[in-house]
Amino acid sequence: MNTSIVGKNLRKVDGVKLVTGAPAFTDDIQMPGMLYGKILASPHAHARIRRIDAGRAKALPGVHAVLTHEDVPRIPHTTAGQAWPEPSPYDTYLLDSKVRFVGDRVAAVAAESRAIAEKALRLIDVEYEILPAVLDMEQAMASGASIIHDEPDSKNIYDARHNVAAHIFREIGNVDEGFREADFVFEREYRTQRQQHAMLEPHITICWLDADGRLVIRSSTQVPYHCRRQVAMILGIPVGRVHVIKPRIGGGFGGKQEMLLEDLCGALTLATRRPVKIEYTREEEFYMARSRHPQILRLKMGVKRDGTVVASHLKVLATTGAYGSHASTVQGNTGSKVLPLYRAPHLRFECDVVYTNTPVAGAFRGYGCPQGFFAQESLVDEIAQKLGIDPLDFRRKNAIRQGDIDKLSAQLGEGKEGLPRVIRSCGLPECLTRAAAAIEWDLKRHLLPERGGVVRHGIGMACAMQGSGIAGIDWASAFLKMNEDGSFCLQVGSADVGGGADTVLAQIAAETLGVTLDKIIIMSGDTDFTPFDTGAYASSTTIITGGAVKKAAEKVRAQILNLAAKMLETTAENLACGNNEVFAKGPSRKSVSVADVALQALYKEKLQIMDAASHFNTDSPPPFAVTFAEVAVDTQTGKVRVDRLVTAVDPGTAINPIQAEGQVEGAVTQGLGFALTEELMLDEKGRPANPNFLDYKIFSAKDMPKLTTILVETEEPLGPFGAKSVSEVPINAVAPAIANAIFHAAGVRICKLPIRPEEMLRALCERDREHEQEEALVTK
Amino acid sequence: MKTMPLAVTVNGVARQWTIRPGELLLDVLRREGFFGVKRGCEQGECGACTVLLNGKAVNSCLIFAGHVEGSEILTIEGLAAGDDLDPLQQAFLDHGAVQCGFCAPGMILAAKALLDRQPDPTEEQVREALSGNYCRCTGYRKPVEAVLAAAGKKRGVSRRNHGEVAR
Repeated sequence: MNTSIVGKNLRKVDGVKLVTGAPAFTDDIQMPGMLYGKILASPHAHARIRRIDAGRAKALPGVHAVLTHEDVPRIPHTTAGQAWPEPSPYDTYLLDSKVRFVGDRVAAVAAESRAIAEKALRLIDVEYEILPAVLDMEQAMASGASIIHDEPDSKNIYDARHNVAAHIFREIGNVDEGFREADFVFEREYRTQRQQHAMLEPHITICWLDADGRLVIRSSTQVPYHCRRQVAMILGIPVGRVHVIKPRIGGGFGGKQEMLLEDLCGALTLATRRPVKIEYTREEEFYMARSRHPQILRLKMGVKRDGTVVASHLKVLATTGAYGSHASTVQGNTGSKVLPLYRAPHLRFECDVVYTNTPVAGAFRGYGCPQGFFAQESLVDEIAQKLGIDPLDFRRKNAIRQGDIDKLSAQLGEGKEGLPRVIRSCGLPECLTRAAAAIEWDLKRHLLPERGGVVRHGIGMACAMQGSGIAGIDWASAFLKMNEDGSFCLQVGSADVGGGADTVLAQIAAETLGVTLDKIIIMSGDTDFTPFDTGAYASSTTIITGGAVKKAAEKVRAQILNLAAKMLETTAENLACGNNEVFAKGPSRKSVSVADVALQALYKEKLQIMDAASHFNTDSPPPFAVTFAEVAVDTQTGKVRVDRLVTAVDPGTAINPIQAEGQVEGAVTQGLGFALTEELMLDEKGRPANPNFLDYKIFSAKDMPKLTTILVETEEPLGPFGAKSVSEVPINAVAPAIANAIFHAAGVRICKLPIRPEEMLRALCERDREHEQEEALVTK
Repeated sequence: MKTMPLAVTVNGVARQWTIRPGELLLDVLRREGFFGVKRGCEQGECGACTVLLNGKAVNSCLIFAGHVEGSEILTIEGLAAGDDLDPLQQAFLDHGAVQCGFCAPGMILAAKALLDRQPDPTEEQVREALSGNYCRCTGYRKPVEAVLAAAGKKRGVSRRNHGEVAR
């Protein structure tokens, strides 16, 4: 593509302030009279509050407000930051008379210091009636299990009496018929764990009343507009009386696609008329925020003798924890984005998402796909092995390709029917070829197992796809105006959470306008000063907000060309723009600077050159990813060391390739933690056992394997300059690639994450026992 | 409330502050406006609050402010000379090593402490030096590349200063 800004490794537009430590994040302000807010967390997994007395806490000097369920409006809602009407159940209350997990909200305090607030929490007298807790998702639907949501006013719960938050059943073709047609049917169960986002900046919100008495919410959020709508509803004030500001965000990964602290912080500000800050400590972040949904997946695939996949049936049991935030949608993705990777005519997805008295799950990079691809790519590897087919050939034979229509997506949308997915661009075959070459697949696949000894070496791979925005739901708008020096203010409601969206959007604007990147001043994520955007989730910003920016910039460019045509005494059709100039295309080379056009417009024509545009797509083009892993398994200790990860991704056009690579490497690293180390564990009473970075292990610089990233660019017709998305898809294939490499190295299939040394050792011991038994049978 | 004076040099400027006994260096620095010192865990595990204390990278959440009397502290705000970024800051930008940027101040300072004592580090040494600074965005490849690149550039600069030819 012939571009000068798009496709270039330009510096992040917000980079300088980040490397110099300028005050750019939520907490980097000091407000006169600001109070410190603190939440009293339930010590019990399931209890009714019989009596609550805040008298002693309120009497403590320095305490300005204590709120309990007796003081606040009771309005059912969801905390999921989704477009209205949210598909998640309305089963959550600002404060409730019942607590449903260890860490659930009991009360909130605003005081003059953190120390006073913490002391006040200890002075709140609560009498709990402890109820039997449901901690195991496999027991949640059993008869006699405690009913977690027995309140009458919650809405849109699938079957509250059996603790089922959401249920999904979708089928295309006839799966039973498909299994009859198949020569072989394979079936296995897989289990995945409660992984935490562990973004470096914990959730934080600061609220105050502006001079007009409007509620201002400065918050670390991915969804400023949804947050505004939800807080207004929960607090019973008009949307127009709420102003949400998203400053720089210290990572989100889906954890901030959630209205989490904003409602309570706003309530404390309304109660005290003072600025209030609430921030989670690191420990609170681990169990009072959100996590990835733990799942038990039973996958059955039918194949022909030649390896052709004819039918797949995926049955999932997942837990959403105590509240149903993102319950149906995350799990819907586990079916709709995973099964169609292979072109089987018969696909069935069924799923129960159950409540348990455990920390709440929510959106997390990959959004249900890492679990699904762990199951599918592990089973596919096993099928290929049993049929004697190279795993790459199996994918090449069966994987979705350009021109295909994914019909499951038409049935399984955002909590309801969706839209069919047409594959208009697909770099998957090239991803396979290039990643295989980079890791020397053919050579190592044969040589590595021959290196015997205690430490066994192996290599494995897996594929994945995702989406780019939610078809028919995600939409965005952009506003552009020209300044007299030829710079432009670009205003978008999207929320750069650190991934570089502001830079990508500014590049799209600059490219379209023919100006250099420094001419774009971007402002994003402010509900008063930027236009609507559904927010930073579902890999939507580049394709959806980027689409809006491109449209707005095209309109502004047309205005610039019209005025420049007048100035140069020619027609707009004869003009082009580039490098901050408008010039004639012909041999005359007449030109005028964009800055001079701006001056002419503002002071001679009395015209503000500006325009806005809105954008959405009715399809969600999938980016593709493949990961190859090389591992060493110590058969005496069970320790798995990943030596190398090669990931190739088709993001469409990479608007900023170095940033796109960074997205891939960050996602791969989170996938590596998902595979090997990361799990929030709960004790027998539902209390978090490892809510800190010492006991919850994320990878550090010196733990890392060698990472190789390959961008396989394609041109997506629905994306700005051919872009799709990149931030989520690379997390999906890492765990199965590692599990498949472990099988290649040590001959055991690991079906449960994370693969800790003890799990690995147990699997090795079980394999050895089975061998002994088999041999015993033979000799009999 | 009981208070005590604290004399400390921050980013080359002598300061006289009033603190409370038991206050953490992290809290005092942020209160005094050094917002580049980030609060990530308050348990000495994530490294976001890293500052250089007499040239050594430390977690400011683990140090009582009262203990740094008479010390020299460098925060990220003191690294650039006006608009001239330090080679480490330049390299972090040029190598795409900054995503959300929340860990960047701590990581850059940890890298500076390394380069100050080891101007020509191996990749292994860089990874060791950054191992106390968690980053959830980058996977560390680009930060490590950035530190190695900055080290090369700094060596070039210092040689030039001594009349030698830059590599």
